[in-house]
Amino acid sequence: MAIKVIKVGEDILGANEETARTNKQKLDKDRVFTINIMSSPGAGKTSVILSTINKLKDRIKMAVIEGDVASSVDAEKVEALGIPVIQINTAGGCHLDANMVESALNGLPLEETDLLFIENVGNLICPNAFSLGEDRRIMISSMPEGDDKPQKYPAMFADTDVILLNKTDLQPYLDFNFDVFKKTVTNLNSDVTIFLISCKTGEGMEAWFSWLEGEVGKKKDQAA
Amino acid sequence: MHEYSITESILTLALEKAREADAAKITQINLVVGELSGVVAECVEFYFNFISKDTMAAGADLSFVTKPTSVRCHKCDKIFTPKDGDWSCPECHEIGIDIVTGRECYMESIEVE
Ligand SMILES: Nc1nc2c(ncn2[C@@H]2O[C@H](COP(=O)(O)OP(=O)(O)O)[C@@H](O)[C@H]2O)c(=O)[nH]1
Ligand SMILES: [Mg+2]
Ligand SMILES: [Zn+2]
Ligand SMILES: [Zn+2]
Repeated sequence: MAIKVIKVGEDILGANEETARTNKQKLDKDRVFTINIMSSPGAGKTSVILSTINKLKDRIKMAVIEGDVASSVDAEKVEALGIPVIQINTAGGCHLDANMVESALNGLPLEETDLLFIENVGNLICPNAFSLGEDRRIMISSMPEGDDKPQKYPAMFADTDVILLNKTDLQPYLDFNFDVFKKTVTNLNSDVTIFLISCKTGEGMEAWFSWLEGEVGKKKDQAA
Repeated sequence: MHEYSITESILTLALEKAREADAAKITQINLVVGELSGVVAECVEFYFNFISKDTMAAGADLSFVTKPTSVRCHKCDKIFTPKDGDWSCPECHEIGIDIVTGRECYMESIEVE
């Protein structure tokens, strides 16, 4: 039988992009400002979410989607603060995708939510390839990981809107060179906003909170 | 694990295109994968053999064309491939680039009978 070549020319992750667009529409309808938080394991995603909830919970209605691989400890910490949270079980998977987020959204009170945190799986290799429907991508990099992380994972750093450089309280014990870090990051991504923070001491967190509050306000003011 | 979900997407897309063309069997799938996409060809092949077993794509060859990373300097427009993690421009030494190639992850074509 003759062999026929069929031209395809389609992105392999095209279906994910489509679902991400549907998620975005849903979130836009209820004007929920949504951030996709990515980092390597232990950089401080949950710590940032918990500190931010504690700071803003009287002023902003928040919800969380937790995508950590193994357990539900992070989700339990969020729940203890009285915030709606859905745990996604990725069954060992290395990233969240738009389908997983789609089903999680069905379990959240979106009309009652102004700010949605999505904690992605701790991994610097692939989560950036999967849009979830977020407004902004936030990367957390922590000083103990070293100032050469952006060189090792350029695509992740090129795709983010904001970088939170966490654990600045540990700077005295490390050789972390901020100028090198900043230069590499700006090279890959000239529009990125960097905040230096410490979840432990609270240093630098105010600037992050006010950026976030500003963005939530902007989305709320958008015409429905 | 990442490759598993990528492989599922590859199989789904290939089967959809083959069905549209009323094909009986998929013999080859031609893929283009960038260096920065993080996709490991060997893993995809491994999973593919496993999940395509009971489909018309069973036994199909996967062909991977790898796209190297290239970037464009914001200042002088030079296109270059970063070496040893140095992403600054070899021409004008400016920092600030756009990634031109290296992120690809698409299906060029399939071969069917
Ligand atoms: N010294 C220090 N430790 C921190 C800071 N932020 C988080 N940690 C610790 O880092 C560990 C991992 O944090 P976690 O928020 O669970 O990281 P995740 O895996 O990205 O969610 C925990 O033991 C935190 O207490 C910080 O600013 N300074
Ligand atoms: Mg966590
Ligand atoms: Zn992955
Ligand atoms: Zn140049």
